[in-house]
This record gives sequence, C-alpha cells and structure tokens, in this order.
Amino acid sequence: MVKVSIPAEQPSALGEVSIPAEQPSALGGIANEQKLIRDDIKAYLSKHEQKTLLRFVIVGSVDDGKSTLIGRLLYDTNMVYDDQLAAVKKASNLEDGSIDLSLLTDGLAAEREQGITIDVAYRYFTTESRKFIVADTPGHVQYTRNMVTGASTADVAIILVDARLGVLEQSRRHSYIASLLGIPHLLVAVNKMDLKGYSQEVFDAIRADFRAFAKGLHFKDVTFVPVSALKGDNIVKRSDKTPWYTGQTVLGFLEDVPVGEDRNYTDFRYPVQYVNRPNLDYRGFCGQIASGVIKKGDEIMVLPSGKTSRVKAIDTHGGELQEAFAPLSVTLRFEHEIDCSRGDMVVKPDNRPQVARTFEADLVWMHERPLDTQKAYLIKHTTQQVRAQIDKVHAKLDLATLTEQPGGTLELNDIARVTLTCHRALYFDAYLKNRTTGAFILVDSLYNTTVGAGMIREAGTPRQSLEQAMKEIRAGSGLVPKTQVSPRERRERFGQSGATLWLTGLPGSGRWALAYALERKLFDLGRTAHVVTIGRQTAKHPSDFRGAETLDSITSAAHACTNAGLITICAFPSYKKSDRQSVREAIGQDRFIEVFVDTDPALCRERRPDASVAGFEAPTDAELTLKLDQLRVHQAIDAIVEVLEKHGQFEQH
Amino acid sequence: MQTLVNDHASVVDAQRLTHLRQLEAESLQIIREVASEFERPVMLYSIGKDSSVLVRLAIKAFAPAKVPFPLMHIDTTWKFREMIQFRDAFCKQNSLDLIVYTNPEGLRENINPFDHGSEKYTDVMKTQALKQALSKHGFDAAFGGARRDEEKSRAKERVFSFRDKFHQWDPKNQRPELWNLYNTKINKGESIRVFPLSNWTELDVWQYVYLEGIPIVPLYLAQERPVVEREGTLIMVDDERMRFLPGEKPQLRMVRFRTLGCYPLSGAIESSADTLPKVIQEMLLTRMSERQGRLIDHDQDASMEKKKREGYF
Ligand SMILES: Nc1nc2c(ncn2[C@@H]2O[C@H](COP(=O)(O)OP(=O)(O)O)[C@@H](O)[C@H]2O)c(=O)[nH]1
Repeated sequence: MVKVSIPAEQPSALGEVSIPAEQPSALGGIANEQKLIRDDIKAYLSKHEQKTLLRFVIVGSVDDGKSTLIGRLLYDTNMVYDDQLAAVKKASNLEDGSIDLSLLTDGLAAEREQGITIDVAYRYFTTESRKFIVADTPGHVQYTRNMVTGASTADVAIILVDARLGVLEQSRRHSYIASLLGIPHLLVAVNKMDLKGYSQEVFDAIRADFRAFAKGLHFKDVTFVPVSALKGDNIVKRSDKTPWYTGQTVLGFLEDVPVGEDRNYTDFRYPVQYVNRPNLDYRGFCGQIASGVIKKGDEIMVLPSGKTSRVKAIDTHGGELQEAFAPLSVTLRFEHEIDCSRGDMVVKPDNRPQVARTFEADLVWMHERPLDTQKAYLIKHTTQQVRAQIDKVHAKLDLATLTEQPGGTLELNDIARVTLTCHRALYFDAYLKNRTTGAFILVDSLYNTTVGAGMIREAGTPRQSLEQAMKEIRAGSGLVPKTQVSPRERRERFGQSGATLWLTGLPGSGRWALAYALERKLFDLGRTAHVVTIGRQTAKHPSDFRGAETLDSITSAAHACTNAGLITICAFPSYKKSDRQSVREAIGQDRFIEVFVDTDPALCRERRPDASVAGFEAPTDAELTLKLDQLRVHQAIDAIVEVLEKHGQFEQH
Repeated sequence: MQTLVNDHASVVDAQRLTHLRQLEAESLQIIREVASEFERPVMLYSIGKDSSVLVRLAIKAFAPAKVPFPLMHIDTTWKFREMIQFRDAFCKQNSLDLIVYTNPEGLRENINPFDHGSEKYTDVMKTQALKQALSKHGFDAAFGGARRDEEKSRAKERVFSFRDKFHQWDPKNQRPELWNLYNTKINKGESIRVFPLSNWTELDVWQYVYLEGIPIVPLYLAQERPVVEREGTLIMVDDERMRFLPGEKPQLRMVRFRTLGCYPLSGAIESSADTLPKVIQEMLLTRMSERQGRLIDHDQDASMEKKKREGYF
C-alpha cells in the first residue's frame, strides 16, 4: 500500500515496537529536528545545509556487537523506515520479544552464506549537527583487507571490546591497523556492560589495560565509553545505569569530535587531475586540493618541471574564489603559460614535498595472489601512475604479537615494511603527515587487480634541496632497464616454468628423433617446447655438429630459451660429464633435467658406424634413464612428461 | 525556484566545510578521474532527480568547457511525456550531447508493460537496451546516479563497479577502494560503472537540488493528475495507450511521484506537497523506503543483486 500522510506526532509505528530501552522520541536533539521539520522546513533545510561530514569505521571481532551498535545508532537517530522495521521485527527472534537491531544491517549476512567476497558496507545517518558515513567492516578472515579499506577514509575508529572478554589480541590488532591508517581519533566502546552489571571496576580495568598498550600508537586521543548496544546504554542516550560515568555518549562524541582541524592546512599540495582547455584563451588545471590552502596571487611551483608562476584565478562553476582549501575540487589558472599536465603536482616553492624514486612504506597485501618481488607493479599515487617494483621486504608484522618478523613473501592480509623503487620520481609526504600524498595503491597490471595499499614512511633524510629534487626527477630515465615480466608471471601465462631437458647418449642412440617427437607431443598437450639447434647446421645429421667452442653457444641458447619459459630440449652430443655439469650450473639445478638415452651401444654402433664413441662418460646421476631399445617412443615420452610434472614444471591447466 | 549557490562565499572557516560541499568536491574528483582515464565515457541519464544532480556535477567539473562526454537515455517509449519534454529542453539549455536509444527489436515486437508483464518488459526495453547501447557505442565507462542508501544490498557497492565483456557484474571480481585512489585499469571490451553519488543520501540529493536551484521534472511536485487506483497503487493515465481494467475510470487527484520511470509502472502518492521544501518535508516525515513506490520491485521478488548481475545498474 503506497499512501502518505504527514503524521502529526512522532511516527506511530515506532511506538508499537517493544524495545527494552527508552523511546527515541525522548532524545532531545533528534526530537528537535523532527519538530523543526514539521514546523519550519525551510529553517530545517538551512540548518541541515550547515552540517559537517564525519566518516567513521566500526571494528571488532565477530559477535562483539558491531551490527547491533550500527542498528542502534540508525534506530535511535530515526533513520529506520517503517517497512524496514517491520521486516526486522518479523525476523527477530530474541527471547524477550524485542527487536534484533543487528538485522537492520544484515545485508552482509546473506553474503556470508553465498560465499561472496565479504566487503565493506557503508551506512548513512544524520543528526542535528552532522552527517555520518559509517564503514561497516565484517570481522572474519579477510578482516585486515576490509578494515584497511574502511579505515582509509575514516576520521574516527570505534573499537568494540566485549566487557566479558576484555582487551583481546584482536582489539590490539584493530587498534594497530587504525593507527597505521592514520585515523586521528579512537573511541573504545566497552560493550555488553549489561552482562557485567554495569560495573565500574570492569570498565576501569579494561581502560587501564587498553591505555597501556595504546601508548605506542599514533592516535590524537583515545576515549572510552561503557555501553550496551543491545539495550542502548550510552549510545545515543546517557544511561542511568552508569552513574559513575560522566563522559560523553558514543553519539555525543561523534557529534563533537573536531574533524576539520585534523586536515592538513599547512602544506599546499595540488595533484593535477585534468587539463581544461575549451579554447585558446583558457587553460585551467583541475584537481582536488590534497592539503593546504591556496590564495589568488600565491606563488606556485609545478613538479616535475620546477617552473614557477602565480595563481591568476581559482575557478569554480559558480565563479572565482579568493582562496581555496583541502578537500575542495577547483580549477587553477596561472599567470604564465607553463607546462603542466595530469600527474603533475602544484606546490608552493618554499614548501615542497619529498621527491624520490625509492622510499620505504608500510604495505598491506590485499589479494590472494602473493607478492612477486621480481615483477613490476603499477603504483597509483595521487593522480600519477608509475611502474614500480618492491626491492625488499624488510620485515613483516606478526599480527598476533604486533612485532616485526623477518620479511619473506607477502600474502593476503599481510602487513610489511618494504622498500619500493619507481620508474619515475613521485612527489609525496610521509603518510603520518599527509593522508593523501602519503598513500598509494598497487595494481597488478596483468590482472588489473588492486593488490596492495601503501603508506609512505618518513624519510630519514633531512629536508631536500630543490637541486636534489630536480636530480631525482631527471634520474627517472637513468634507471637500469630490466625486464618487467617476472618468472612467476610467465609461469602463470604459459602454465609452465621454463626448463632445460638435456638428452645424453651415444651417437645413434636416437636422441634427436626422441627430441622432435617429444616437442610435438608437448605441443599437442598445450605446452610450449622447443628443440634447440644452433648455427648453420649443414651436416647431414644434427649429431655431426660439434666442437668445444660451441658449448658456450649451446649453453647460452638453452639458458635464453629456459628464461623465456620454454621446455627447452637439447640433444647435442655431450660426452664429458664436466661439460654437462657446467651447463647444469649455468641453467640452474632446479631447471635442468638430464635424461640418459641409454640405448644398447651395439645398436648405436650399427646405426652410426662412422661415429666415435671414445671418451663417452655415461651419466650416473641423470633424472631419468631410458633404455630406448626396450621401449616404444610414446612410452619414453610419457616417462619424460611424468618427470617434468614431478619437477613441478606444469601448472594444472 | 531560488538559487542559493554558495560558491561565491569567501572561505572563512575551512574547518566548517559543509557536508554537501565535501560530497560535491568528492564527486567532482570522481567525474574528472573518469574523464581523464577512460577513452569513451558516457553518462546514463534517467531524467530523474539523481540524474539532474549528476549532470549538474558534470557541468561543474568541466566548467567553463562543455561536458566532455555524452549523456545517454534509454527510452522505453513508455516514459511520462513530461519527462521527455524536460529531457529535451534540459539538454538543449545546457549544451549537452544526448544519445537516445530504444531496443529496436523490442520496438518492432511492441513489447509493452501491459501485455508482457513488468519483468519481461523491463528486461527487454531497459536491461537489454542498455547493454545494446553500451556495446554499440563502445563505451568503456558509464556514470550512473545510484546511491548506496537506496537499498540494503547496495551498501557495499563500489564507486567504480567493474563489468565484464557481457556487462555483467561479478561480485567476486570487485576491487577494494581505498582513499580516493580508484583503480581504473580494464581490458579491452570490459567496462566500469561509476557512481559519483554513492555517498549521497536521498536527503542530500534533495537538499542539493533545492540549494542549487537545479531544475527537476514537475512530476515530483504535487498537482491534480488523472489516475486510476489499481491494487492500492495510483497509476497516472499519461496517454491514450493506457489500458483500463473493467470498471476503472480515471479520476483527478492531488498526486506526486517519488521516483520517475515508465508511467504504467510508477506508483504515485497522494500529496499536497507542491513545492520543493514541502516535498522534502514529506519525505523526511515519511518513514518509508524509497523503492516502495516502484512497482517493478514488487512484481517479482527479484533482488537488486540479481538485477545488478544482469546489468541493470
Ligand atoms: N547482552 C548484550 N548482548 C549484545 C550486546 N551487543 C550485542 N549483543 C549480542 O551479541 C551478539 C552479536 O552481536 P552482533 O551485533 O551480531 O555482532 P557483530 O558480529 O559484531 O556484528 C548478538 O546476539 C547480539 O544480540 C550488548 O550490549 N549486550
């Protein structure tokens, strides 16, 4: 039924619901809003227009009460529609018949069952003074990734601690991540106080415990509130069950915490996003101010050119501004025609960011496919995209103990301190000073996936001179060029890693015939194989081609083919053990497979009476020995394929 | 309608940046990012209030230049007449390039909401039509006006929502979004839906329309209109193609629409709110999910998720 009437009173359906806590209509601020909406909508609108925006993230482990807390905030601030409430009421099966507020946000519960990637959900509500965006990050195995995502833009983190359990390992971990992501304010909600008789001792103990540990973190402030999300104590309304608590409610804190002051208004940073050039007379540089303030007439410098000019105008659709600040999106025009394009950064000459190609960062790994240190990734930093590689994983964070462990590879949800080198200089600030110019994401350019989130660390070096900065910028092209395709990427593309298959045997043993048959068979199996031949082979039979000087050429040909990811088949004569050993060492032990084609010598001599067999050293440590005179070719090939598989050559297709 | 644009106001107190200005700044950043990183973006234009705000933001992002990409309207041929009039006037006034697309097969077979049911009709004339149009023009990014507060299942939707070659949304293949750093990499044939209004609520949109004096289709405001009541829903008789059930007669009632779409599928609500502030007032006082007014959501219990996977959004 779709019918609308303006109720004279508080929406009546709310009154029908039996919830254990007080009626939301009793809440001063919210009731005022309702009254204003009814009595003077224009006054309400001009008031609403003045509201500020606060983003926060709620974190906790499964069952700490996150959903209940969000449901409580939405419900007590009147953000719940009747039909939603009716649906939730129907689905609730709490013992005392009250409604289960956690169901208001259960969009994610269904996903859990379907096995869909669990994600961050965003919810919205507003009160008299602010609009709020809540990042709801479900606690489960993928937690770090989700929490980092939700925390990246948050001004406040609310950490739930179960009053019965106290400060657990997870609480420490979540606080650490919140601090790492630069969230300035932390609110610790000690939840389920109803189950601990609203005891001050319990609350005080948890607070002391938490304080001791939070000292090492970077929060501007940490606030503790005793709450019951279920009953509504100290969430929106002050509870009469905690007379000993004189601080703010959760909502009171969220409404009062200063957000604007946390922004960086000192360092002007303006990543150019888009060049606007509708006609020859207008050249504007569009962007969102990352930090700082800019005024008409200010002197500016453009990186990487280092050219300076003055701000001629700060344009917006509504007209020129005298001054603009972060995070506004504007268009700047300069007095001089200076070179400036997307990816450049406009700064002030006397306050420049760090310019470097190599830097240290905290990196959170966000993807199931682990880090490949030999591969070039794409970094997206402000409006720049550059290729970069991870030079070194210095140390990995052990999330259980919050201590650094020796680095290794990075897997999903790992956090590590790494050094990266970019193929072009970046202009950045330490993340702790600037959450915009200090942040980057890492993209796997083969799959286009976002695999990492990085926070640049403070460089140990003193303030960089302009000369040094320019040197870094120019050095961009001076990096030693190297492949940007790592062996692992090749392996994933080809479904195999390269290897050299070395067939050893007497002349007439049938190596070459076997080699070509094998090449064909592998090709038919969907593999990529290649029989190596070198030089101009004019002889009637490939075996006739020999010579000591060719060992080097053979080795380098085999090496190159193996690096390219091919199953490289070599059937060259190689009488001496030491020769074969030297090839094995050059290619690498794990990529070299020797097959002894052990055909009856009498048979060999019969086939190649001209060939000399003197000096042939039969292998004693071949990976496979084939008595070719006793096998059919396809059996021999199957045996070789099996060895290749055993050596982990093939990915499952 | 009044214009209370604040852009001229000098920035006295940076720390008291209002939420609307902040949302606006963030949306402009998103729109410019797409214009910079994609070859052929398009803005899906539904003529509704969210679309109007979206277009206003696009105009702001590139002023004084023209919006550097076209708008596209999927015309099912059953839109309210006032919507089409508004669309043409609005695009002309703002020098916007408009592409109008209708599924030719659907048109040939006269697929309509009366004979084919709302589900099939919507699929052919809207979902399929949109996919056809996107493929035909080779668009690699399409802006939409969807918001996260519209529906529970939208709460986790990305700002940049990745679609495969078949315009399908793959829930397993979405990318985490951190800070304001959007991963814009796609392969040829793939595309991205972009929702710059993700963080806006219905109230934000209305407030912005009000503050900026953004024109909207008059159907949003209450007025006497010919309607029939059908299963508790008021359907407006917008043209002679309307089919009446036995005994049905149009009657004049004061009604307005909360969402606009195809007239036989859009439920009107009785209301006396004939100005924007009154509409906002009613909206705020009415504790009812926005989408209840949309018939297609009731017709079949098709979840938003499913529709998304099919490429509706
Ligand atoms: N007694 C009590 N139970 C609570 C409180 N908050 C949450 N719960 C219960 O704890 C359980 C888990 O809560 P939920 O919000 O789903 O936790 P989440 O997994 O963190 O989202 C539910 O059964 C809630 O009813 C509280 O303050 N007091």
